[in-house]
Amino acid sequence: MTSVKNSFYTCLVLLVTAIALAGCSTTPEPKGEAAFPPPSSESYDYPFDNSYLATVLGTPEKYRAELPETIPLKKRRIKIFDRDVPEALWYDQELRYSYALQKKAAPLVFLIAGTGASYDGGKNTNMGRAFYEAGFHIVSISSPTHPNFVVSASKSGVPGHAFEDAEDIYRVMETIWGKLRKKIEVTDFYVTGYSLGGFNAAFVTYLDEKRQIFNFRKALLINPPVRLYDSISLLDRMLENIPGGVDNFPLFYNKLVEEIGRVYKRVDQLNLSEDFVYQAFKAVNPDNEELAALIGVSFRISSANMAFTSDLMTDAGYIKPKNVHFTRNTSPGEYNAVAHRLGFTDFFHVYFYPYHKAQIPGLSREELIEQMSLSSIEDYLRSAEKIEVMHNQNDLILEPGEIDFFPRVFGDRAKIYPKGGHCGNMDYRDNVAHMVNVFRQ
Amino acid sequence: MITAKNRCPATLLLLIGVLAFTGCSTKPIRPKGEAIIPPDFPAERVLGKDREYLHKADIYDPWEGFNRSIYRFNYQFDKYVFLPVVGAYQTVTPDIVETGIHNFMRNILDVTTLVNSILQLDFDKTMHTTTRLLVNSTIGLAGFINVASDVPRSDEDFGQTLGHWGVGDGPYLVLPLLGPSNVRDGIGLGVDWIVWTEIRNWLLGIESWQQWGYTVLRAIDIRAHTAFRYYETGSPFEYEWVRLLYTTKRKLDVER
Repeated sequence: MTSVKNSFYTCLVLLVTAIALAGCSTTPEPKGEAAFPPPSSESYDYPFDNSYLATVLGTPEKYRAELPETIPLKKRRIKIFDRDVPEALWYDQELRYSYALQKKAAPLVFLIAGTGASYDGGKNTNMGRAFYEAGFHIVSISSPTHPNFVVSASKSGVPGHAFEDAEDIYRVMETIWGKLRKKIEVTDFYVTGYSLGGFNAAFVTYLDEKRQIFNFRKALLINPPVRLYDSISLLDRMLENIPGGVDNFPLFYNKLVEEIGRVYKRVDQLNLSEDFVYQAFKAVNPDNEELAALIGVSFRISSANMAFTSDLMTDAGYIKPKNVHFTRNTSPGEYNAVAHRLGFTDFFHVYFYPYHKAQIPGLSREELIEQMSLSSIEDYLRSAEKIEVMHNQNDLILEPGEIDFFPRVFGDRAKIYPKGGHCGNMDYRDNVAHMVNVFRQ
Repeated sequence: MITAKNRCPATLLLLIGVLAFTGCSTKPIRPKGEAIIPPDFPAERVLGKDREYLHKADIYDPWEGFNRSIYRFNYQFDKYVFLPVVGAYQTVTPDIVETGIHNFMRNILDVTTLVNSILQLDFDKTMHTTTRLLVNSTIGLAGFINVASDVPRSDEDFGQTLGHWGVGDGPYLVLPLLGPSNVRDGIGLGVDWIVWTEIRNWLLGIESWQQWGYTVLRAIDIRAHTAFRYYETGSPFEYEWVRLLYTTKRKLDVER
């Protein structure tokens, strides 16, 4: 028995060594200039005409730009403020972010994630891969509405303010740059972001004109809202598509799980890959109302996370009573349920507006709504040649006609695609080529 | 030898005991001698009649205080031990070796799947898994190459077998190092481990250092292929989400 066992292990060791010597793989160099030639034909073949479907499903594999599987991405944490965070949020003391650096001098792109999204979410990750492949250094940052950002990097702890969020993001960029500048040479700075991140990018660029730290050479706003209040109202209303309203969410969840379960049982292979998502969709075949409900649920989760985190930060008594203290072991219990019943508009009226009114007496709701809009810096945007826009005619977060703001203000600097919903076509090959080429000009 | 073996679980038990008692209450700290200031959106008003329903519909988690402590412990263990080790492993091991080791571990997991497919009297899964095991263990060089990649792969464990025969989840449980589970699946893990150890000893006969080596490598391989990171979902309700998704996933696993 001993000899069998020993020869088995000898074989194992030999095998491992042989494989190790045979296959020392190296990461391929980025293609740089050769990557992503601009699309040659005028036709736009993104597959989904339906804006809800596009928003939920994104871009199927075979329509995507070819991107490297992996890039040398480093995930890091950084301290922005020297301050104590609430006990219950102990794990968010430092801001998480990521970067990938070229080996030689190169331009650097800051990527800002969308509402509630993280620096390592799917969209930032794919944008990062594209820009890295095209020869840029990349730095990826979470949305200022992401709880980790709210706790570690928001000065007020109250996210959603166009100008204050821009200040916070700018501080984060400066702090990260302070670390990276020892390692790399940067030729020019760029900034981009999608959804709320695109909106943030506009205000960050505006702020940069004053601060002059980065002197962004170009900024690209991808599917940004125009008036934040319009978009959050639209998103809140999407939950009305749950049969019986948001109060029936538990039933909606159970039904969803049941339908997914039906598909899951039929899948042979175990990995829940994206193929599975498409298969599930084909089998379930949801209608527009169900798709809208799904989008609404996804944004509601972001809003609940953001609002509850902010409430813990400020002790404003929005959901949690002011004089009740959360320890690191406290269960949110029914505050969890309450947070998910409240939308972005509740946050705006009952929490966000009173907070700002306390600082600026006489500030009216309408004034605040108007300030949280691209039109509040319209004159700047009109003249800022460095800012470009990539948007979709059927984006769900815009009111009817709101899309016209972009051609009107940005002229040729706004590229409006006929379809794609909200950010659904960001991975589509033409869109990726366009993104990269805007920064290459 | 025996004492060395026993000391480790004993230390672990002690550690868990300490953790359990240091942070058990899940209640917030309420002000002493003064009334609670109602928030803008009090639960009574927002939830109304659903308040009671929510408590009933929740997943049974009577040991939540203990579970939350272990959850935090797992994060710390990840941060200071597990993830650095996994990172080092990935740096020194060429990708092709990593894949080989991963295939090797999954091939071993097929033994567990086979045993449980038989226990569930599932003919298809038993046939598929037998085919995979035979092909991968021989032509696939002890499982290092997944030659039988076209044969459907199932993942059956003793927790699922118990579920298959009607045993309920039992209380939710966060296991040290292993993460979310419940009483049924926790027992299942133990049974699967014992059964595999017996089979292996019967087949090969292995010394304790080799057993430890295998266990550590398996743990590293599992962590390297699990994307989840504690406290990085960006949700202050992460514990609840993980509990819900784990429970839902296992329900579907038992049904399939």
